[in-house]
Amino acid sequence: MNNKNSRRILVSGNEAVGEAAIQAGCTFYAGYPITPQNELTAYMSRRMSETGGTFIQAESELAAINMVFGASAAGARAMTSSSSPGISLKQEGISYLVGCKLPAVIVNMMRAGPGLGNITPAQGDYFQATRGGGHGDYRTIVLAPSSVQEAFELQILAFDLADKYRNPVILLGDGTLGQMMEPLTLHPTPYTLHATQKPWAVTGCKEREPNVIRSLFLKEGVLEEHNKKLQKKFAEIEKKEIRYEEKNTEDAEVILVAYGTVSRICQAVMEKARRKGAKVGLIRPITLWPFPYGMINKLADLKKKFLVIEMNYGQMLEDVKLAAEGKSKVKFYGRGGGGIPQEEEIMTELLHFSLS
Amino acid sequence: MKDENNKEKIKSLRNVPMHYCPGCGHTIAHRLICEVIDELDIREKMIGIAPVGCAVIAYDYWNFDVTEAAHGRPPAVATGIKRVEPDKIVFTYQGDGDLASIGTAEIIHCANRGENISVFFINNAIYGMTGGQMAPTTLIGQKTATTLTGRDIKRDGYPLKICELLALLPGAKYIERVALSSAENIRQAKRAMKKAFQTQIENKGFSLVEILSPCPTNWRLSPAEAMKWIDKKMTSYFPLGVVKDD
Repeated sequence: MNNKNSRRILVSGNEAVGEAAIQAGCTFYAGYPITPQNELTAYMSRRMSETGGTFIQAESELAAINMVFGASAAGARAMTSSSSPGISLKQEGISYLVGCKLPAVIVNMMRAGPGLGNITPAQGDYFQATRGGGHGDYRTIVLAPSSVQEAFELQILAFDLADKYRNPVILLGDGTLGQMMEPLTLHPTPYTLHATQKPWAVTGCKEREPNVIRSLFLKEGVLEEHNKKLQKKFAEIEKKEIRYEEKNTEDAEVILVAYGTVSRICQAVMEKARRKGAKVGLIRPITLWPFPYGMINKLADLKKKFLVIEMNYGQMLEDVKLAAEGKSKVKFYGRGGGGIPQEEEIMTELLHFSLS
Repeated sequence: MKDENNKEKIKSLRNVPMHYCPGCGHTIAHRLICEVIDELDIREKMIGIAPVGCAVIAYDYWNFDVTEAAHGRPPAVATGIKRVEPDKIVFTYQGDGDLASIGTAEIIHCANRGENISVFFINNAIYGMTGGQMAPTTLIGQKTATTLTGRDIKRDGYPLKICELLALLPGAKYIERVALSSAENIRQAKRAMKKAFQTQIENKGFSLVEILSPCPTNWRLSPAEAMKWIDKKMTSYFPLGVVKDD
């Protein structure tokens, strides 16, 4: 990826995500302050004024997501960002976005809950993100970066996927990713934007029939047909958009499964264990929905054991168990409430699991 | 262009029967908005926001671009649209539950930002679609499905005067309260709607027209009695006229 024209800068995850949005052609941002993602809101405030886009500090998370709804309905690439309690408030709007087939990017730099919890990093919103989160039957694409560089790249992808499928996409990070600074390589050529035509947008009906954006279908059977179309789209996404990273799984006896911040700790654990001769692998799902059920299922056929590590009390664990279909052993270690599983803790779990 | 009844066709209004109850104010309000849009020749620039409530399928009647919005959120949705399409004419059409209860924060902040949009606020002092429950604008003593012995200020608080509340905000430029209770009042309602759109066209900022509107079904009155009820009961608490014109 590097070439002589690349530029390397030191930025936080929050700022990288903001810059990626600008590079992806995002022209509308609305948000409400909440830690640990405030740097992103502040960054968008500055960059939108520099690039001629719109920045609005909304009166609430509800207003912010609905402003994004309006901007997206009018055809703009639009985003909002927040952290866990704020994302709960946005769920109404996310459900409407899906129902109305509107693209949008929603960034969640997760913090520890439940309730107000505190501002320490956590992964407690996995269920909320991957199961729809709001009312009704739906899914949102969920991208889970584990580095500042990857956050930048996935944020650009998020806008493309949102437009491609006319569906909201969630970038799911946590407070660590949002706050930590890492080198980010910026490439000199502007990122290729999908010049997405949006003939469905409400922009005034000049020289065309009026457009209507709706999620209400009252006539008998019409809502069911609408839902079938949504489900068909979700099935297509499940087929085409699964992304993951797989390391040393071929000869592995135990495979660590982790995403985001904690996957980096698992990477270190894997390397340490390998140096001691233990056959340990790592699977890092990048899309949490669609989830890489198929590849985990194939590894389960080979009787490989899975040790799921999360910064919560076992949420992705359920997906790994679903994928393994009881064909191989699945164990879990996690910490919530802001606790981060440490190398030694994971190593101990790994040792016990290997011997079991 | 004339229709089959030899009436001048309104281009912004689709020539289809409406689903509203006999004597409902929405039919009049819809038609007035469309007449004004035609007269200002802005149909191709219109982006309307349909509310949650009886008027949610207004897009089946309005012949221009329309989006739905979640209950209470039209002012936020309108903000997003107008900022992206500043040269288009954006309006929300909201009932009293939508605007004055669940969406109070959105309307206050939209007006306070001075968003250059127009709001048509249908006040019929009741929740229509859900079956006649108390609205934030239900009059003191008014019987509803959830105030069986009448609205009691000790229990339910006071009817909310949105025009007077929003008039305090410097971002709000034009605010008027009208009624659909007589031919004369209906003509005034139309003049107010036109002025609201003109306020937006001239980039002056936020405009709102509150429209006292009959709901005979949930008021348990005949259409004719409902019109009289507006004049006798509603206008004494919600006085008609221009509340603000900056």
